[in-house]
Amino acid sequence: MQAYLKANQRRLAPWLFLAPGALFFVVYVIAPIFQSMAISFYDWDGLGEAVWIGLDNYVELVDDEAFYVSLKNNVLWLALYMLAVPAGLLIAIFLNQTVWGIRAYKSLFFFPFVISQVVVGLMFSWFYAPNFGLLYAIIEAITGQGVAILAEERFVTYGIIAAGLWPQIAYVMILYLTGLNNVAPDQIEAARLDGAKGWKMLWYVILPQLRPATFIAVVVTVIGALRSFDLVSIMTTGGPFGSSRVLSFYMYEQALSEYGYRMGYGAAIAVVLFAIMMVFITGFIWKMWRDEKDH
Amino acid sequence: MFPRPIQQASPQARVLYQIALPIALILWLLPLIGVAMTSVRPSSDLAAGNYFGLPSAIAFDNYLAVFRNSPIASYILNSFKVTIPTVIGAVALSCMTGFALAVYKFRGNVLIFFLFVAGNFVPFQILMVPVRDLTLQLGLYDTTLGLALFHIAFQTGFCTLFMRNFIRALPYELIEAARVEGVSEIRIFWYVVLPLMRPAIAALSVLVFTFIWNDYFWATVLTTGAATQPVTAGLYSLNGQWVAAWHLVSAGSIIAALPPVLMFFLMQKHFIAGLTLGAVK
Repeated sequence: MQAYLKANQRRLAPWLFLAPGALFFVVYVIAPIFQSMAISFYDWDGLGEAVWIGLDNYVELVDDEAFYVSLKNNVLWLALYMLAVPAGLLIAIFLNQTVWGIRAYKSLFFFPFVISQVVVGLMFSWFYAPNFGLLYAIIEAITGQGVAILAEERFVTYGIIAAGLWPQIAYVMILYLTGLNNVAPDQIEAARLDGAKGWKMLWYVILPQLRPATFIAVVVTVIGALRSFDLVSIMTTGGPFGSSRVLSFYMYEQALSEYGYRMGYGAAIAVVLFAIMMVFITGFIWKMWRDEKDH
Repeated sequence: MFPRPIQQASPQARVLYQIALPIALILWLLPLIGVAMTSVRPSSDLAAGNYFGLPSAIAFDNYLAVFRNSPIASYILNSFKVTIPTVIGAVALSCMTGFALAVYKFRGNVLIFFLFVAGNFVPFQILMVPVRDLTLQLGLYDTTLGLALFHIAFQTGFCTLFMRNFIRALPYELIEAARVEGVSEIRIFWYVVLPLMRPAIAALSVLVFTFIWNDYFWATVLTTGAATQPVTAGLYSLNGQWVAAWHLVSAGSIIAALPPVLMFFLMQKHFIAGLTLGAVK
């Protein structure tokens, strides 16, 4: 036995090293994806007998207005969250200097990302609060009438997205600051000698070199937008009248809140969200795989 | 360097930049500054309508009140009970998986690697019902251990990506040389590779600490009461009880935010190295 192990250790070693981590990952992450897909074909309250109902949950989704509101808001999140990428780049460029105290500035700008979204959500709720919130007061001072952002169906989702952008911009900024550090100085000098500056320099010389940073920034922003749950839950619990729901929150509401324990229906919503996410994940993995081959 | 160093700009531009920096920072951190100020504002100020002027006195009592009138100490303890085992577990597991995927050529290597990466991107909701069910069946529902076990598993995905790329960048000749000497694979892992992984371990530890400390979704799905809930979920339920007591909500928020913030400032270099690994090649 010992001799066998010793002779084959290079063949066996990877599997032994992989086993504990892979086991955990399969049990808690990979298997539940398929279990959720299966549950979406059942009518189940989480406790009693699950009843097979085939595609009924999905048929119901097609006629569910709340589902479309959530879907629309998810698209809105995805589109507006992308603003974090140029905004983060802008702040990174602004801060990419070597003056006294700049390191402290950089870390303070990064601050919002370190704080929990629960705290961010509470901060912005306070910022938006009717009557005494700072933003409310500013709007009132300018227009003569304050706006209770989180109580207005028209504005609520934008208000929450703005709160989400705050930490997201900080994250993208850090990615770009590191990227800017690694831009080849000789290329910048060469471009300067050729008379490139400002926007031209940024567009033709700097941005192409920042592509790896941009890729990661887009990846984390897409994932962040589609995962948005905490802020919606903290700031409005989907309201007013469900107008700020997103798929991730609607799923939770259907499966685990006082509105009911509809595990099957919730799972169906989760499957739709997963399918949307899969489009992006496949794209990322495909690009990673290409890079891997070139390596 | 891009943009051109400000030292080469005109004196006016330099002065302008020095003025713009603090103004931009204050605007950027306005919500945070507001909350910090509210957290030391005496409740009499709020009653008198002084919401965002200077506090009439510095009331550290708000912080005392939060500890005295709410189970926040217990929430914070729970957060540590979830976060510390998760950091240890996820880092330990991913040291091994990352080593396996980086050092050995075997069939399915890339496929397994991509499974870890892809799994790490999935929306939590697709895992929610089965994970909750599994935790219930294991008898770990509403325990900090049940929450930590899930976090360990999920974070292993991200950590594996990170560790594998890190080990890949190490000089492979070290491992080859050890093999020629007849060192066993486990000893290569322990004595050759692991010591070199220290920066990666430090970076991942701070990152995972922050992620888990700040987690809210799984805390609400897998725990319920003050005896087990971490501070994020606790803060939310306190917010419900303290309707309009913004000085207490603010103090509670600051308390909840403090550990990851301290962690960030102590380990800044590692934290940023962790976030940006892969962003720059």
